[in-house]
Amino acid sequence: MGRIQLKQVQKNFGDVEVIPPLDLEIEDGEFVVFVGPSGCGKSTLLRLIAGLEDTTSGNIEIDGADATATPPAKRGLAMVFQSYALYPHMSVRKNIAFPMRMAKLSQEEQDRRIEAAARSLNLTEYLDRKPGQLSGGQRQRVAIGRAIVREPAAFLFDEPLSNLDAALRVGMRMEISELHKKLDTTMIYVTHDQVEAMTMADKIVVLQAGVIEQVGSPLELYRNPSNLFVAGFIGSPKMNFIEGSKAAKHGAATIGIRPEHIDVSTSKGLWKGTVGVAEHLGSDTFIHVHGIAGCDPLTVRADGEVGVNHGDEIHVTPKSELIHKFNEDGLRIK
Amino acid sequence: MAREVSNKTKILNTAAAGTLGFFLFFPILWIVILSLKTEQDAIRAPLEVLFGSGWTFDSFGEVQERSDYFKHFSNSVFISVGSTVLGLLIAIPAAWSMAFVPAKHTKNVLMWMLSTKMLPPVGVLVPIYLIFRDAGLLDTRIGLTVVLMLINLPIIIWMLYTYFKEIPGEILEAARMDGATLRGEILYVLTPMAIPGMASTVLLNIILAWNEAFWTINLTAANAAPLTAFIASYSSPEGLFYAKLSAASVMAIAPILIMGWFSQKQLVRGLTFGAVK
Repeated sequence: MGRIQLKQVQKNFGDVEVIPPLDLEIEDGEFVVFVGPSGCGKSTLLRLIAGLEDTTSGNIEIDGADATATPPAKRGLAMVFQSYALYPHMSVRKNIAFPMRMAKLSQEEQDRRIEAAARSLNLTEYLDRKPGQLSGGQRQRVAIGRAIVREPAAFLFDEPLSNLDAALRVGMRMEISELHKKLDTTMIYVTHDQVEAMTMADKIVVLQAGVIEQVGSPLELYRNPSNLFVAGFIGSPKMNFIEGSKAAKHGAATIGIRPEHIDVSTSKGLWKGTVGVAEHLGSDTFIHVHGIAGCDPLTVRADGEVGVNHGDEIHVTPKSELIHKFNEDGLRIK
Repeated sequence: MAREVSNKTKILNTAAAGTLGFFLFFPILWIVILSLKTEQDAIRAPLEVLFGSGWTFDSFGEVQERSDYFKHFSNSVFISVGSTVLGLLIAIPAAWSMAFVPAKHTKNVLMWMLSTKMLPPVGVLVPIYLIFRDAGLLDTRIGLTVVLMLINLPIIIWMLYTYFKEIPGEILEAARMDGATLRGEILYVLTPMAIPGMASTVLLNIILAWNEAFWTINLTAANAAPLTAFIASYSSPEGLFYAKLSAASVMAIAPILIMGWFSQKQLVRGLTFGAVK
């Protein structure tokens, strides 16, 4: 079981309020991602759940029991740190065994769980090495192994992939997702990378300055962002925001249109501009269009290869049913 | 691209470093040479000392006959090891708490401790002498152990503090998440990771205590005198005993020099206060 509830949880560092009172519910078995720009309080929130930071006020409940004052060791949660935080003086085997050793599990049980974890994480060959002799990806897997063997109520991940190179990151992302499917245990995952959030999460919590901007499934956030911040944060490339007369036509202060929801044509269209930079990726073409009032540059994502170059004249047409409308306060107009 | 250094520059640099090293080592070499001469030869002009006289081990024999080298040696060992152990008992908890549970004034406390090293020791000689006299600690090994421990305590705490600071906080947090109690955290994670740092702290402290001369000479007479006082006893006003003084010096510094030689790597790390790895 791993149902976690935050009730009016608040955190101050000295006089600075990092997290204003906040409520959040995480269901058992859910994969929840905290996402937001750096300094938004997402890591602090995770550390509050872990018990590594004390709450200033409010309650944290784990499986219905108040855990606000419970020390981290007793909360039954396992954490994977950004820096892996492996014990450098211990072999991989001892690293993975450490939480079980602290819990005084029998040697046979320890060995059994180590073998099982090592097998599922492809670490069997490396059990007798020290962390210093492993690559970044392997170290990450050891850190995950150390978390799995505890059979925790929930896993906490603090930007676990940000020290890995791009190719490895995609691989580990899949491994963690698969792990979640297999174990069916609650996972809370902190990242600043919205691609990680979109691909892994059952539920995304978007944070800004300690405040929850929106909670929802990846597609909900993509389709119905509740405000300008979420609209701009979720989706890559970023949503285009257009102000002025074009927005007023739709009865909004700002309209947003995603780059993939714009049609391009060299002959006719709603708005006319010139191509600034065209990025040819093969599968897609990203075109940055200049000269459109209210939005400069406008980014367009066209499927496949589009033969346009710098300086070419281009016509763009947003798909009207996919235009997002926001009022003066930046909130979505339903 | 790496900076190019021509062979000529390399040779010049090596020669310069060698010359400097020789100059630094020369006094020790000269003491060793003088210790192997007779008293008459030892006071002759330097070139004659080197080339115009014979070699003999007589001075060592005479020194051992006139004073009990092993008593002084055992005093030195007792005092340097004793003050180090005593110092660690105080310094480890102190450094631990300042490194991991810093308070508002931790930095000031550290600076204040270091500031005691800026005071000339002779400034507190009289009070300490009087306290020792009244407490019956003059010329005792225990008294000397305590004084040397106090003298070196700021340095040990600083060194340990720096080493503890280098241990990433996330690793200790990981231990906490893994269910370790405070005791488990210190025993299984912190201590093993701090051992290299503690080793160099111990080494440096033993060397400092071994070589300390001011307090050892001023607070001892016959019983507790370590090797530093033993050397000093050969620079007597009634005459110059260069050869015997040198022989005594060689016997006093040899143990610590040998120890230092074998633990060079640890020492360099210790002396740079954890600045290089």
